[in-house]
Amino acid sequence: MPFAAILAACSGSGSQTALEPQGPIGRDIDGLWDLVLMLATGVFIFVMLLLVWAMWRYRERPGDLSEPKQIHGNPVIELGGVVFSVVLLTIITIPTVRSLLDIRSEPVGPDVLQIQVTGHQWWWEFEYINEIAPDGRTLITANELHIPAGVSVNLTMTSADVIHSFWVPALNGKRDVVPGRTSKLTLIADEPTPDGEPIPGQCAEFCGLAHADMRIKLHVHTAADYATWVQEQLAPSVQPAGGSALEGGWLTFSALCTTCHQVTLEDIEGELVTYGPERHIVANDITFRSSFGPNLTHLFSRGTFGSGTFTLDADHLSEWIDNPQKLKPMDPDRNDLAEGFVYGMPDLGLDPVEIAEVVALLETWR
Amino acid sequence: MTDATTTDLAPAEHSDHHDVKPIRKTAMWVFLGSECVFFGAMISTFLLYRNTTNGGPGTELFNVPFTSASSFVLLMSSLTMVLAHNAFEKNDLRQTRVWLIGTALLGSTFLAGQIFEFTEFVHEGLTLSTSPFGSAFYMLTGFHGIHVAVGVMLLAAMAVLSFSGRLYDDRGLNVELIGLYWHFVDIVWIVIFTVVYLLQV
Amino acid sequence: MTTTAEQQAIRSPGGRGVWAWITTVDHKRIGLLYAVTAATFFFIGGIEALLVRTQLFGPNLEVLSAEAYNQLFTMHGLTMVFLVVMPIAAAFTNYFLPILLGARDVAFPRLNAFSYWLFLFSGLLIYSSFVLGGAPDGAWVGYAPLSSQLTEVVRMDFWSIGLQMLGVASIASSANFIATAFTMRAPGMTMLRMPVFAWMSLVVAFLLIFSLPSVAIGLFQLFLDRNFGGLFYAAEAGGDPLLWQHLFWIFGHPEVYVLVLPAMGIVSEVLPTFARKPLFGYPFVVFAGAAIGFVGFGVWSHHMFTSGMGPIAEAGFGVATMIIAIPTGVKIFNWIGTIWGGKIKFNTPMLFSLAFVAMFVIGGLSGVTHAVVPSDTQQHDTYYVVAHFHYVLFGGAIFGYVSGVYYWFPKWTGRLLDERLGKIHFWLALIGFNLTFGPMHILGLNGMPRRTYRYPEGLGWANWNAVATIGAYTILAAFLIFAWNIIRTHFLAKGELVGNDPWDGRTLEWSISSPPPVHNFDEIPVVHALDDFWHQKYAEDEEGRAVRMPEVAGGALTVEKQTGGDDEGHGGEDMHMPSPSYYPALAALGIVIMGAGLIYLPWGFIAVGIGVAIMMWGLFGWSLEPVTKEH
Repeated sequence: MPFAAILAACSGSGSQTALEPQGPIGRDIDGLWDLVLMLATGVFIFVMLLLVWAMWRYRERPGDLSEPKQIHGNPVIELGGVVFSVVLLTIITIPTVRSLLDIRSEPVGPDVLQIQVTGHQWWWEFEYINEIAPDGRTLITANELHIPAGVSVNLTMTSADVIHSFWVPALNGKRDVVPGRTSKLTLIADEPTPDGEPIPGQCAEFCGLAHADMRIKLHVHTAADYATWVQEQLAPSVQPAGGSALEGGWLTFSALCTTCHQVTLEDIEGELVTYGPERHIVANDITFRSSFGPNLTHLFSRGTFGSGTFTLDADHLSEWIDNPQKLKPMDPDRNDLAEGFVYGMPDLGLDPVEIAEVVALLETWR
Repeated sequence: MTDATTTDLAPAEHSDHHDVKPIRKTAMWVFLGSECVFFGAMISTFLLYRNTTNGGPGTELFNVPFTSASSFVLLMSSLTMVLAHNAFEKNDLRQTRVWLIGTALLGSTFLAGQIFEFTEFVHEGLTLSTSPFGSAFYMLTGFHGIHVAVGVMLLAAMAVLSFSGRLYDDRGLNVELIGLYWHFVDIVWIVIFTVVYLLQV
Repeated sequence: MTTTAEQQAIRSPGGRGVWAWITTVDHKRIGLLYAVTAATFFFIGGIEALLVRTQLFGPNLEVLSAEAYNQLFTMHGLTMVFLVVMPIAAAFTNYFLPILLGARDVAFPRLNAFSYWLFLFSGLLIYSSFVLGGAPDGAWVGYAPLSSQLTEVVRMDFWSIGLQMLGVASIASSANFIATAFTMRAPGMTMLRMPVFAWMSLVVAFLLIFSLPSVAIGLFQLFLDRNFGGLFYAAEAGGDPLLWQHLFWIFGHPEVYVLVLPAMGIVSEVLPTFARKPLFGYPFVVFAGAAIGFVGFGVWSHHMFTSGMGPIAEAGFGVATMIIAIPTGVKIFNWIGTIWGGKIKFNTPMLFSLAFVAMFVIGGLSGVTHAVVPSDTQQHDTYYVVAHFHYVLFGGAIFGYVSGVYYWFPKWTGRLLDERLGKIHFWLALIGFNLTFGPMHILGLNGMPRRTYRYPEGLGWANWNAVATIGAYTILAAFLIFAWNIIRTHFLAKGELVGNDPWDGRTLEWSISSPPPVHNFDEIPVVHALDDFWHQKYAEDEEGRAVRMPEVAGGALTVEKQTGGDDEGHGGEDMHMPSPSYYPALAALGIVIMGAGLIYLPWGFIAVGIGVAIMMWGLFGWSLEPVTKEH
């Protein structure tokens, strides 16, 4: 639809627009939008023509002393207006209800990719419940979602704290993420995304200080690439051996960072250990495995951090660890992990050497 | 020429002065309309949470015979209220006072019963912060109790005013309007009693 | 007596000095108090918006921290809805409802004063939060559990207690207006001879009566959750956060009609006056207004289409929302029908009313697109919604109220606002408004969520955001000119003096002096028709055209003279206007002190006690004093 394309074209590439859908559900919604926009524009033009014509035709002319006829109404015109409105609205209602029932139907079957989503203040957690490592771990990652093209992805979502809303406009409308409840959203993407150019999304329900910085990056892969990604993510990262150059960073990390972050590492003897706290959030009899901060296994396989807000590289990450609140507005002074209240990452009081060591360690977890 | 639509005319000088009672009754009915939604919202919340006991006690705590008795007391207070209004219409200030005080006493008895009930429940482990059920129960019955208490205060005030002959028909909250309020509070209790105590499905 | 000295601002009839205004129970003075207070809050709310727009001028700006930003947009919404639009509607209703109905005052003058003081004190209390640790920052809708978090910070308690008290003020007003409209109409004024503005005020009063208690309960529950360990919205204990949304929107949706219907009433008075034709289809316009109000109770969950209610509920509410478009369309067609065939004078009040129609069509249509549920899942919580509601509430309601100010300013002050300044105000406002909010439709469809303190580069949002910010500053310029017009016309006494009926109007307020005497009418009129005043001036010829009738000496058209009355409200024999009283203000003060105490529990219990005592003093004094004190 030309008008909509013009609107979208003003937005640039890599955009979060709903007007250039990249999947069938997005297209369904966009098609309905085109119809409604057309009708609404038509009504607008019609009414404006009437209004402007009346204003021009019946304007007071200088020297005109006549008085207008004191018409009180015309029931035929009234009824006509009502009928006109009813007809238009019916034309809109029928495809609306049909589309609504379509997009709300949950995909079922073994080919559906099931992902559990937990919304936190102010980051997203993703658990791929059917991607299971040999030792029984499911794949857990944060903020960057990877899916295969052409596959129905069923998100089952809940919140660890307040109401959030999961939204990737190119693929589907948004769906609120509510504590104590589960909500579902289907994502289907047509084509793999170019490397480093994920489909953007964002939290769409005001959730406090850093609501604006709670972003989603959706990477779409070919089936093969997706399988590779899963394998890489399920494999543990490597725990530095004692005496290695990275040991300093590891000491700091295991003392401080594992208070809130989980990471699964394989040590020098090949033992798999998951460090960090595990939280279970139960909603509607479904258990969501979670933690207090994003899972850091394979952190440097991601392109962004801070919930998709910052480019992930050593410099930015060092700035972050030095003073997280300088980059993203948070309120960690009010954290109470025992009660489950987490309002962001605190300043850990590390000096530049310690930070450099930790970052060097994290860089090895790709 | 008398102004037919001025409210609150000084009484007695104008023999054909406009009867202001419809104005006040209209306002009272409007207020009671809003109260319907007020209690309706609380009753809806209670219905939502009637089984959300969060591991704490639930409706098994209720002592229906006891609450039935206090409900009966409240019901009787509506009867005494009607008698008070009747007496007032007949200009019998003494009788009016008797029935007003009687209504206030019955209302206070109801409140005493509520307080007793609540302290029992608290001992049994049901408080506002035990569960959504507890929150909803205490809010609903608590607000109703506050309405009864306000009514008792108004009844007492009117009884006191009747001593100095300041119980007017045409201004302030008069006996008829308080009666409307009191009956409303009673009817709300009937609904609460049914929904909360009797309907234990 | 009105003064006619050219150099002086014409005072509103009544006592002089601050105490006279504090104790006034005159509906006209109370209306003026509401208007001035609302105007002040409008500028404050506007500054809040300008700060927000400045922060959003470009990507990743650091004009405001997220903490400040969240407070500013929350307070902007709260201010505009509760402290500007509702009070400005109350200002017009207060001033004109009795006059339009041919009455001398509202049913309960002291209750009327009470509503104003409670509104003012509550607004001041909420604003004091800025210097007491921070203003509310949970959005004007305060969704739980965000609003029940952080109980050690009292910001959201200012919000919940403040709104609660504002609600009490509105319920009191509504009961007052309903009693007035039902029982105090002049002889001969049947319901279907009431002016449309009076009808809309009546519908709005009913909407408030039946919707406010829902949010009152929601707010009480929130207060209990925050301060007494309540678990109403606590998901971890089995509570349902969506309960908040239902209770809020059952109020919130009728509330938006509360905001706009009185403006529609004003437009329904202005258009006929300056087209010199009666309102087209009066019964349809009235009925449509009532229908909008009634159906408006059935659509609240269209604010919750993404919350997971299930497709049946979503389809139901979607269809119900579409139905509301029908009576709205009826009104639009009737307004066009009113000017059709008329003799249109394009003065400032007329321009704003015509702009209302155009802007409301846009806002109404974007509302219909929200009713399309799948589309709404893309639009909800984005700038598209911000565009929609600003089109109906700013381009709609505010423009309508501004039209009312230009229209009724001569009645209030005896002087006409300057037309040149008015037209500059109009064009700057119209252009600025569309520059600000038009692009927001595009921003929303392009993925920009609302309530975000910053946005990144590379998503293509920067340009339209910059345009919107420029538009916002244009609006500021427009309204500064408006303020100057008002100051110059009235306070500096430079405006053109007028008599009773500068517009050759149709309704009863134009039959009395400008400003009216305290007692409104020397003699209560007897009404024979809709637009009775017009019919006293004009008959109709065989073609239905208006024909001016010769003036009858001593009749209703001669300039109203007070027969021996004075400024203190003694309007001649047998006319006892209600006496001034300080008890309403006192009772209101007590309630707000109580509210302040509740915000600062537990040691606030002292303030609660003091507040209750003052409130009781006020209430008892009020009930025991006679309405009209003997002099």
